[in-house]
Amino acid sequence: MTEPIILFDKVVKKFGEFVVLNELDFHVEPGEKVTIIGPSGSGKSTVLRMLMTLETISGGVIYVGGQPLWHEKKNGNLVPAGQAHLRKMRTQLGMVFQQFNLFPHMTVLRNLTEAPRVVLGLSQQEARERAEELLKLVGLTEHAGKFPGQLSGGQQQRVGIARALAMRPKIMLFDEPTSALDPELVGEVLNVIRRLAEEHDLTMLMVTHEMRFAREISDRVCFFDRGKIREQGTPEELFTAPKEERTREFLRAVLEDG
Amino acid sequence: MLFGLAWNTAHGEAAFALSILPMLLIGLLVTIEASVVGFFVAMVFGLVLAVLKSAPLRIVSWPATFVTEFLRDTPLLVQLFFLYYVLPEYGIVLPAFLTGALALGLQYSAYTSEVYRAGIEAVPRGQHEAAKALDIPPRRTFTHIVLPQAVPRVVPALGNYLVSIMKDVPVLSVVTVLEMLNVAKIIGDQTFDYLVPLSMVGALYLILTLLASSLVRMLDVSLPKRGIPLR
Repeated sequence: MTEPIILFDKVVKKFGEFVVLNELDFHVEPGEKVTIIGPSGSGKSTVLRMLMTLETISGGVIYVGGQPLWHEKKNGNLVPAGQAHLRKMRTQLGMVFQQFNLFPHMTVLRNLTEAPRVVLGLSQQEARERAEELLKLVGLTEHAGKFPGQLSGGQQQRVGIARALAMRPKIMLFDEPTSALDPELVGEVLNVIRRLAEEHDLTMLMVTHEMRFAREISDRVCFFDRGKIREQGTPEELFTAPKEERTREFLRAVLEDG
Repeated sequence: MLFGLAWNTAHGEAAFALSILPMLLIGLLVTIEASVVGFFVAMVFGLVLAVLKSAPLRIVSWPATFVTEFLRDTPLLVQLFFLYYVLPEYGIVLPAFLTGALALGLQYSAYTSEVYRAGIEAVPRGQHEAAKALDIPPRRTFTHIVLPQAVPRVVPALGNYLVSIMKDVPVLSVVTVLEMLNVAKIIGDQTFDYLVPLSMVGALYLILTLLASSLVRMLDVSLPKRGIPLR
């Protein structure tokens, strides 16, 4: 077994008194495509947000690429990480947001070149070439000069994916990437993610309500319930023969709905 | 006689009005200049205050908050007198016009800083999160992602302060600035006719503020076209 690229070791997350994640153990292998499903409030998004360092952790340790994410080793002890460590760790991860979160005052091209230039120190030319390559990948070459507000939701989310990829992360986090989209625009975004999953050896961790899609692209599906992984397995196992009653209940509800 | 121009009091009110119009227009020009300079100071210093107030360090944000409160909660006239009469005792002598415009600008920077701050806080959290996920440093995030979205949003609100500043310019007459109202008062003092010059000041003010307001509205309409969502 290879070393997991993401490892949660008894991770706790509390908002005040409310326990969102309760000693969560969880891991993702390099190149693995993992989907997290579950009812809202089950802590699915929190897992991604803690990985992206947008949410602090209340207990336990998260390892990314073998190194603690929120901690640094000092004299053999783990101490809370400083900004420099967090910044270094962050470069391994990219995130796609439910609400896209594109920079509305920048053109599509500028959205894609800003961070590579400022953070990675690429030249204008290099950043531009990288951006154009990615726009081709997501099928938006002719929209480079537009502002996000001039694009459809689906197009914006494809830009969001390209923007995250421009930093060449090893791990891509997708936080309900199609939940804010009109139904007819979901397909184009899922197609882009599907291509990424098939053609690249990126590690992908996705929270989604698109069950059919999860089944199609995932190596493993995890069912989250009340801050715990209630059940996990290959899509076949989980969708066709769920062991837990709670999983069956959830799947019945969402599949009837969709 | 004023500004080397003479008034005509012998041929009825229309002729009198016509003869003092050029003087009032000279005063109007001063009013506009003081408003523009004051507004510029308020825009720049207000932004500085807003940035300092949103600093994470208390030692930075607290003094900025204090300055804001001080500027906002003391009368313009007190600040004006202070700049005009007290500063020269310490060797800082500014021309009356500059003193007045500066006082206006400082007082209004307290208001504009609150407007800027509201604009900064109105930038969605997702923007900060996206910048963080891309590892863009906090300062760069502020200058290149938050501010460019915050400032256009507050332009209409700032513009309203331009109109307010214009209406406060007559206060500068107490430190001898020859703005429009002061000109009208001098004309009245010397001709014993206050009705005509003061009515004209009112009319000219109305035209000025209406023009300024429509300018602000034009900006309000044209800004979203540049890719910045205002709501």
